[in-house]
Amino acid sequence: MIENTSPRAAVPSGGRARPSAARLRLQALSATAASVPITLFGLALVTFLIGRVVPIDPVLAIVGDRAPQDVVERARLELGLDQPLYVQFWHFLGQILRGDLGRSVMTSNPVTQDIARFFPATFELATFAILIAVLIGVPLGVWAATRQGRWVDQAVRLFCLAGHSLPVFVLGLVSLLLFYATLEIAPGPGRQGLYFEGLVDERTGILTLDALLAGDMPAFRDALWHLAQPAGVLAFFSLAYIARMTRAFMLAELKSEYVTAARAKGLSGLRIVWGHAFRNTAVPLVTVLAMTYAGLLEGAVLTETIFSWPGLGQYLTVSLLNADMNAVLGATLVVGLIYVVLNLLADLLYRLLDPRVK
Amino acid sequence: MLNRRSLLLASAAAATLPAALKGAAAQTPRDVLVFAKQIDDIITLDPHEAFEYTASEIAANVYQKLVTTPNSNPAQITGELAEKWEVSDNNTTFTFTLRQGPKFASGQPVTAEDVAFSLSRAVLLNKAPAFIINQFGFTKENVAERIRATDARTVVLKTAEATSPSFLLYCLSAAVGSVVEKAAVMARAQGDDLGNGWLKQNSAGSGSYAVRQWKASESAILEANPHAVQAPQVKRIILRHVADPSAQLLGLTKGDYDIARNLGADQIKQLQGNPAYTVQSARKASLLYLSLNQKNPNLARPEVRQAIKLAIDYAGIQKAIVPTTYAVQQAFLPAGLPGALTDTPFQHNIAEAKALMAKAGLADGFEVSFDYSSPAPFSDIAQAVQANLAEIGIRLRMLPGEQRAVITKTRARTHDIAMVRWGSDYFDPHSNAEAFSINTDNSDTARARTLAWRASWEIPELSARTVAALKETDPARRSEMYLQLQKDHQQSSPFVMMLQEIEIAVSRAGVKGFDMGPMNDRHFYTHITKA
Repeated sequence: MIENTSPRAAVPSGGRARPSAARLRLQALSATAASVPITLFGLALVTFLIGRVVPIDPVLAIVGDRAPQDVVERARLELGLDQPLYVQFWHFLGQILRGDLGRSVMTSNPVTQDIARFFPATFELATFAILIAVLIGVPLGVWAATRQGRWVDQAVRLFCLAGHSLPVFVLGLVSLLLFYATLEIAPGPGRQGLYFEGLVDERTGILTLDALLAGDMPAFRDALWHLAQPAGVLAFFSLAYIARMTRAFMLAELKSEYVTAARAKGLSGLRIVWGHAFRNTAVPLVTVLAMTYAGLLEGAVLTETIFSWPGLGQYLTVSLLNADMNAVLGATLVVGLIYVVLNLLADLLYRLLDPRVK
Repeated sequence: MLNRRSLLLASAAAATLPAALKGAAAQTPRDVLVFAKQIDDIITLDPHEAFEYTASEIAANVYQKLVTTPNSNPAQITGELAEKWEVSDNNTTFTFTLRQGPKFASGQPVTAEDVAFSLSRAVLLNKAPAFIINQFGFTKENVAERIRATDARTVVLKTAEATSPSFLLYCLSAAVGSVVEKAAVMARAQGDDLGNGWLKQNSAGSGSYAVRQWKASESAILEANPHAVQAPQVKRIILRHVADPSAQLLGLTKGDYDIARNLGADQIKQLQGNPAYTVQSARKASLLYLSLNQKNPNLARPEVRQAIKLAIDYAGIQKAIVPTTYAVQQAFLPAGLPGALTDTPFQHNIAEAKALMAKAGLADGFEVSFDYSSPAPFSDIAQAVQANLAEIGIRLRMLPGEQRAVITKTRARTHDIAMVRWGSDYFDPHSNAEAFSINTDNSDTARARTLAWRASWEIPELSARTVAALKETDPARRSEMYLQLQKDHQQSSPFVMMLQEIEIAVSRAGVKGFDMGPMNDRHFYTHITKA
């Protein structure tokens, strides 16, 4: 797997006439661009079908359990549920192409509006978490790889194993118990303290940013303080994966001939590791980071639940429990779009990071 | 199905509790009260639109109604905005005279025009709770004529037909009967929305509090209404959304929250008796029952229905599975609602149940499907029911599912036995009586799919008696009619009424006065004090 994701694998074997670099670039970009609508179409189809095969009457969620039968039937007709499945799907596709994800039954708002309201909290949490995870996970992975088999390596592996195998809700609750209840160095659940409730005007929905924009430094510090713990828990989970992958990529590079050659030339260990080997792990590492970030952006349901974080994960879960299919479909499509966009960004970053791809 | 809350609770409670119970470190300010509650059910704060638990509770504290019922004596109707009311001889015209004194949070006095506007607004908006008002014959077309302010302190309501005064008054005491300030609401109206867009997030009431801010799935903040007739002691109420019960418990013990509203049964059990906390409870108007589909020939036999009612160990289930969160209730009206019957004639009696099965010619029993909602504690209750019925030879094919999937099946009448929850819509016996004991058209194309219809139970005689009770104008006689209806229903119906939900709130020591009622629009904050 490591070899497949390595840029080395992308080097074409010789013997045949090579297409021009411009043509290769164009082909790669077209292939990537073409995959986006296909992926989204597949996602829309699967989520739509799941929404239709669950044994819950979607009309029930809209008109309620108490509605008389004529009201139920009228709602069924209005929703087009009497139409064949392919017609319903065709209408659904037309609707999402117009940027209309429908109206949430639960909140009675357009789903796009709901997502715009809940996504900033998730974005804030995920971005902070990925920053922590990268800043700690990557150096940890590199460190472990340079000391393969020694106690540092074993300790990092144990740390990664714990981070990767411990359920995130256990981590969250243990963290609350330790840092909030026992040591009293972290705040309780929620995005802000009691004294700051309602003080910061919502502009972007990202509380730390809103507090900064308002020039309210105490509110900013409070928001950051509240953000640290859930982001730390999420980061622990993610950094274990990032450190493990970084270690694996680095090990592959450190065994390469060019590293032996660099050592023979007498280059310093620091320069070999960071200046040569690490630079070559950048491309596969970008994929790992992009996908980890996408995973965090889809909303960490359990972390959001434990820390009362009003994000996309909670919205999606509550919608699912209320059979609010428009909201579920809409949020799922947005999550899919996040994956596709981050994948695309990772592809574009390859071109920046690896001169051979250019 | 994985229930995230119970999963979290079960996994964490044991680990977190001992350290958590050590005691509070921080304190919330004396004039601020913080509830830890699951408030992600709020979708709107407009009292003429909201029908969800938390929004109804907020409406109860932000708005006043013409009349109300004290939780200490729910059957007694008292005036809130109304000083007195008169009913015409033919029981179609209700004249309310308003008190002098109530003021909106803006400082403006509450007038008859505000009351007439508010009730009409509920009809014109025609949102989820509108049917509570509309059932008196008010429509968009006639409301201007039938709900009128005749002077600054007099409001006249004209119903379409003779109406039981207690029925109308109980319905007016629901959150949908809240009075909003006409001028404040209409100043923010967009198009023909009657201020609905603005009132979703704000308030214009004369209750003890006013909405300062609501952030979905995050928090709701209420500030004391400076012009309230009864000035609350606590100046600010914060309802913080804390989804996880373990996190609610931690915050309560740390002093970050004053009252936790969604603790699990195990947590409550451990806090009971601890002097640092006060556990208070109120019976909710929510019932758990079995629906026996009469399309199944075995279940249609009266002896079998009776045998099932006798085979279930109600007290055992309550004590072993839901000791703090449910109580035994065997009538279709939940305790706490006017006219509720609290007799429990059915006790676990296998010998008698077996005799009835033999009398029905089914001594060897039979097999039927059993649909139930899968999360705890319903799965545990379902298993207990399965074990109880196995004792008399009834073999249940267990079909756990999502609650809405179970309801979908009962609405299609494709179940045999289903275990379902039912919450009353408003504070009057008719809310449940209509559901459980009216079914005059048992055809598959019937318009009204009451719970009796869903059990395929055709009851022309009982339906007529239920309608007669609805129309009875003498309150004492009406109450008596409902008692008799419940007694007969209890014995003959294909419903095995089992349990009634109990709502629990745990307060820190020194926090007193949270007044809980059987419905969410009867939870009051006005008298809360903090030591």
